[in-house]
Amino acid sequence: MNNILRMLAQRISLGVLTLFIVSIIIFLAVSMLPGDAAQAILGQAATPDTIEILRKQLGLDLPAHTRYLTWLSSIVQGDFGTSIGNGREISEVIGVRFFNTIFLAAFAACISVPLALVLGILAALYRNSYYDRTVNALTLTSISTPEFFVAYILILYVSVKTGWFPSLANVHADTGFFERLEKTFLPAVTLTLVSVAYMMRMTRAAIINLLSSSYIEMASLKGMKRLRIITHHALPNAWAPIINVIVLNLAYLIVGVVVVEVVFVYPGLGQLLVDAVQRRDMPVVQACCLIFAATYVSLNLIADILSILTNPRLLHPK
Amino acid sequence: MKPFDKLVRSLNKGEISRRDFLQKASALGLASAIPASLMSSNALAGGPKRGGHLRVATVQGSSTDKLDPIFLSSGHTNFLWYSMHGQLTEILPDGQLAPQIAESFEPGADPSEWIFKLRKGIEFHNGQALTAEDVIASLERHRGEASASAMKSFMEEVESITKDGNHVVKMKLKSASVDFPVILSASSLSILPSSNGKIEQFDVGCGAYILESFEPGQHSKLKRNPNHFMSNRAFVDSAEILTIADATARLNALVTGAVDVIGDVDSTSADRLARKSSINVLDVVSTQHYTFPMRTDLGPFDNNHVRMALKLSIDRDDVLDKVLSGHGLVGNDHPISPANRYYNHELEQRVFDPEKAKWHLKQAGLSKLQVELSASDGLYAGAVDTTVLFSEHAKQSGIEITPKRVPDDGYWSDVWLKHPWCASYWSGRPTEDWMFTQGYSASSNWNETYWKNEKFNNLLVAARAEIDDSKRRDMYFEMQAICRDDGGSVIHAFANHISANTNNVGVPDTVAGNWEFDGYKLIERWWMTG
Repeated sequence: MNNILRMLAQRISLGVLTLFIVSIIIFLAVSMLPGDAAQAILGQAATPDTIEILRKQLGLDLPAHTRYLTWLSSIVQGDFGTSIGNGREISEVIGVRFFNTIFLAAFAACISVPLALVLGILAALYRNSYYDRTVNALTLTSISTPEFFVAYILILYVSVKTGWFPSLANVHADTGFFERLEKTFLPAVTLTLVSVAYMMRMTRAAIINLLSSSYIEMASLKGMKRLRIITHHALPNAWAPIINVIVLNLAYLIVGVVVVEVVFVYPGLGQLLVDAVQRRDMPVVQACCLIFAATYVSLNLIADILSILTNPRLLHPK
Repeated sequence: MKPFDKLVRSLNKGEISRRDFLQKASALGLASAIPASLMSSNALAGGPKRGGHLRVATVQGSSTDKLDPIFLSSGHTNFLWYSMHGQLTEILPDGQLAPQIAESFEPGADPSEWIFKLRKGIEFHNGQALTAEDVIASLERHRGEASASAMKSFMEEVESITKDGNHVVKMKLKSASVDFPVILSASSLSILPSSNGKIEQFDVGCGAYILESFEPGQHSKLKRNPNHFMSNRAFVDSAEILTIADATARLNALVTGAVDVIGDVDSTSADRLARKSSINVLDVVSTQHYTFPMRTDLGPFDNNHVRMALKLSIDRDDVLDKVLSGHGLVGNDHPISPANRYYNHELEQRVFDPEKAKWHLKQAGLSKLQVELSASDGLYAGAVDTTVLFSEHAKQSGIEITPKRVPDDGYWSDVWLKHPWCASYWSGRPTEDWMFTQGYSASSNWNETYWKNEKFNNLLVAARAEIDDSKRRDMYFEMQAICRDDGGSVIHAFANHISANTNNVGVPDTVAGNWEFDGYKLIERWWMTG
């Protein structure tokens, strides 16, 4: 257990360093974009005079490193600052959006992870059967189709033609839980369709890989049922790669769904980030990117810990 | 096909209603050409009804939008301000100017002074009474050293704003301007409640609707203001403005009944959408136009023969047909639309003429011409397609136009006013003076062609102060002609505002074309029928 704690400490400090580096890169990248927040706010209506005044009001006339250090010192104290675009507290703006993003990701994961595992185990069980091939073909098709297209197809058949589910997922802070589930159903299904293939194929491959090992052969020689062999003997040893791919997909569900958000008008973090980049709203861009980076870092950490916990050889090294 | 024939065809195919037809035909100035058999309208049934909840989806709106009207954040906030705030004046659906918060307005000794008498008894949503002080505090924010207002260049024309009692505001201008009251109808110049000469509350106004909630980039919720100072408007009990940026999502929302009205229907979807019996597509002739401004301060565009050659090398009808699917009108290389008051209908329409273009090139001492044209699809749907079409047309005059696709992001700061030739658009302005001053006067920051025509600029100043209507008309007619024959912009099309609504929405007979959504006043002008 000690080595897990040691790894945890090590990885968390590395994670913090990663976040720091990410924040510098983001700051530089946004600074390199043409124009700044003052120009973006005034848009076509900008005149050199008003841009200058607005820059002063927003503190954009200060040199870049001063702005970065000011931002860094407040973030260390847990203060995300205020949005340049509309002066709102970032923690407030992001709070609701972050909850929405997590809700959708969790909803999609609740459908896709069990589905992928079951489909993958069955595919390994009935390897090379018609079932196996059909599932493979279907999941590969859905993963090869762009998300927005999957979304449009779903909207056309399940929303426009039949009216079963709403095509708009515009949830508010006061939307009830079941209404929220109904409104986010189509986006969640879209995300399921585009993410299930990886997990399902990894499950199948990891199990099939083990099926040729000698202890499995032994088990089948003893006359065990195939399903029992897979669930009791193969699966426990296959968890590590499966967990890794599941966690990577969870990260995708949180950080990579802006296209789905746009199509379903879902107020998540992705849309906020895109808006903030367009308006050069640096504090918001930074906050979003840090959340995304932190998501990746912590999910990877969780994946590593879980793979150690599921593997006795790693858990009790000699 | 001529615009009128196109209208008749659309009517016969049932693509547009009689009402739309009449509206568009009269905008074309062709009302007298309408056959009597078409005039028996049965589309109009009953007047506005009170009650109901109206949901409108707009393409614009960003999560960084701010409630303060000093910033022109987006179409969403513009819409919101016209719904929740009042302005001194208002542009009516037929394009006429009317007093709003002002009970009346009139010039002083000459049009360099304007006197606004305010209505008595107006209350803000928080119960505070509206006085001349609120008007002054609201307008003063847009001028002076520290102001970052988008309306600053207009309000700088104001020398002083003073009050005379609690209900009279006097504005002294630096020079005479007959159209000055029109500018006070802008949403940025909304009147907000003040305390001690300062504006601190931005979610309170005196308009027909009270703001209930505002989520930037998502939605605004409004409910009717029971104490509104004007009658015969504000029919729905409550309303919602939603931002739906994705065009397909917007169409789906309308088709599935999640919203009642959508804006920015692209012209290719409009005809297909109109075939659905439950949906009505509304095409409104507007002042919105697409331009290709050439920098007249740079070669080769400093030579008017080159500019003329390019103006003659675009097949406007083809662009209107292919890019706008006919939902618009061809432009005549000046920014004044048939929806404007002094539109010069006597001016001959410029047509595609490669031979004449070649002649102009020859006069410029060129046998052929190679130019680059920058555009981005973020400007308007089909901007890049238009440049490609243009380059095909121009080949016939021996001109090689290289369409250059540039990023949408940062277009206004890095491409517009910078590249020698690029695509641009204007939502248009309600008055000739406003449009010409902003886009074509030598001193404007947005003179996108860097055009400095002395005669034009003199006429502009003279027309601004001219009280005699027919003399003003002649001046604006002449300016349109100068702009057309010497100006730096190829203005090939006016695009209609296309919106779509479900059948349970009541639409007035006349819909304003100064902005989309009935001049952004749809929520207080439209109603629910069922």
